[in-house]
Amino acid sequence: MIPELLRWLEERTGIPGAVRAFFSEEIPASAGWAQAIGSVVLFLFFIQVFTGALLAFNYAPTPGEAYRSLNYILREVPGGRMVRGLHHWGSSLMIGAVVLHMIQVFLYGAYRKPREATWMVGVALLLITLGFGLTGYLLPWDNRAYWGTVVTTEIAGQAPLAGGYIRKLLGATGGVGAVTFAHFYALHTILLPIFAFLLVALHVYLVKRHGVSPAPFENRPKRKFFPEQVFRDTCAIFAVFAVLFFLAALAGAPLEGLADPTNTTYIPRPEWYFLFLFELLKFFRGTAERIGSVLLPTLAVALLFSIPFLDRSRLRPVTQSTFALAAVALSLIVGVSLTVAAVATTPHSTGPDPAEAFSTAPSALVSGARIFAANGCAACHSINGVGGSLAPSLNGVSQRHSRAWIAQHLEDPKSQTPGTIMPQFDLSAQDRDLLLSYLLSLPAK
Amino acid sequence: MKYPVPTNRRGFLSAAISGLVAAIGAGLGFVALPYLFVPSRQPGQEGWTDAGELSNLEPGTPSEIAFARLRIDGWDASALKASAWLVKQPGGGITAFSPACTHLGCAYRWSRAQNEFQCPCHGSRFAIDGRVLGGPAPRPLDRYQVKLAGNRVWLGPIEPSEALRS
Repeated sequence: MIPELLRWLEERTGIPGAVRAFFSEEIPASAGWAQAIGSVVLFLFFIQVFTGALLAFNYAPTPGEAYRSLNYILREVPGGRMVRGLHHWGSSLMIGAVVLHMIQVFLYGAYRKPREATWMVGVALLLITLGFGLTGYLLPWDNRAYWGTVVTTEIAGQAPLAGGYIRKLLGATGGVGAVTFAHFYALHTILLPIFAFLLVALHVYLVKRHGVSPAPFENRPKRKFFPEQVFRDTCAIFAVFAVLFFLAALAGAPLEGLADPTNTTYIPRPEWYFLFLFELLKFFRGTAERIGSVLLPTLAVALLFSIPFLDRSRLRPVTQSTFALAAVALSLIVGVSLTVAAVATTPHSTGPDPAEAFSTAPSALVSGARIFAANGCAACHSINGVGGSLAPSLNGVSQRHSRAWIAQHLEDPKSQTPGTIMPQFDLSAQDRDLLLSYLLSLPAK
Repeated sequence: MKYPVPTNRRGFLSAAISGLVAAIGAGLGFVALPYLFVPSRQPGQEGWTDAGELSNLEPGTPSEIAFARLRIDGWDASALKASAWLVKQPGGGITAFSPACTHLGCAYRWSRAQNEFQCPCHGSRFAIDGRVLGGPAPRPLDRYQVKLAGNRVWLGPIEPSEALRS
């Protein structure tokens, strides 16, 4: 039965043969755990595509609404916190895995002829990965997202000659708003994924075409991809997935207050993998700032692209490539110290994180908030800047009115405030108590 | 069918690979399946809306009223235009019919000449108390919950009517 089915499929599609050829590809006997990192990167890319698609099911891609819908995902959709956690931490792990993969390929000298194109496509994929990080950062539309992107677009505006034009293209001339948001959303979910898929396909094709790079003076016979190397790849992927799963489940993902362009106390910081660039800026003042924001990063990317053409030396074993090891060590030391310096100079944030506050709040207050949501109070009243503007904000309502006053106000609004448009709410005594406790707990803002 | 027992290194590695892949699939499924297929928690009650004055209602003549109604839809709470057919009953009570025909949701209207509600889509007909008089409608007209506060009518959630048993 099964052999017949396979034969049928083979004749019609050739897929079983292609799968067999994929797994029986010959690889150098020297291939080992280091060569599994590339597979981990590919796995994380698919995780990001999958969790990103899931998020899009319940996400409204416009400023303001984006924040509300993300709150909806976190609080109302089953598994929503996990999906967002996986996407958030997946991006960080992806950056880490990409950098490790690049270091490994660099140390093994795997960019040498005929693999120059594979390396350059890889550098392009690194830039696309960073582009994903940059554009995705804005999409929660909280303060972190808003202020981080304000700084990013200001930096883009510093580019020589084209700066002002680039800022216009990003829709960020008058500050970060609806146009920038739509641009970033389209980049993050449509254009970058298309380029990423095409370049990943090209990258994998080139790896398959040239084969895994052998170690120098390798004379052991080649082995098949299956089972040893497939086992190593799967183990590495599983380990990374386990870490990702627990990060998402235990650490969650930050969601701060709704983006507030008038908030002058907010201290913007980029995502950790951009911190070294952020810190680099501090070394330059005035117009020289462009050296740190534009010139050095551009030179670094140009250097990465041209590595296969700069290094014409013979292939040496990793342990003897002193220059390559020194270059990697130096880059890591510089990158890590800049990052550590940036973290050390970041002032501690003061306010509690709303998403965390939600999960640690007493359950009575959470029930009160649900009654608030169920009765549509937010259509007119706002809390922490979220909600309608027809009626007063409810932050700090405890300083303006007593519990009894609010109770009476809910039952018969006009008796307390003649001429008010506030409708009556006939709540059960229990629901009313829960709602009152919630309202009185709201801090002044 | 008998499965081959992994006795050699190759067999063991194959089994381990399958097991790890299955574990990753289970982890993703554990998150994605509820996310996609378990409906999210909905706010229980849609609240009451002030739908207008009672005094301009004539007994025996349905009157269509339009009002703004709060709709909570996922993360979105917005005031939507809604309407109802109000009927003042001889006893003084008020019935408020949902404006959607129970057949396929078209908007029906009141025919003064025939003294009945008529749906323009497929010809369903309803009496002034919502009973089906003819056409494909499977059940009487759905009603809003109604509360009277002084001279004003308050409308609550729409309650689907029970199919009439003959």
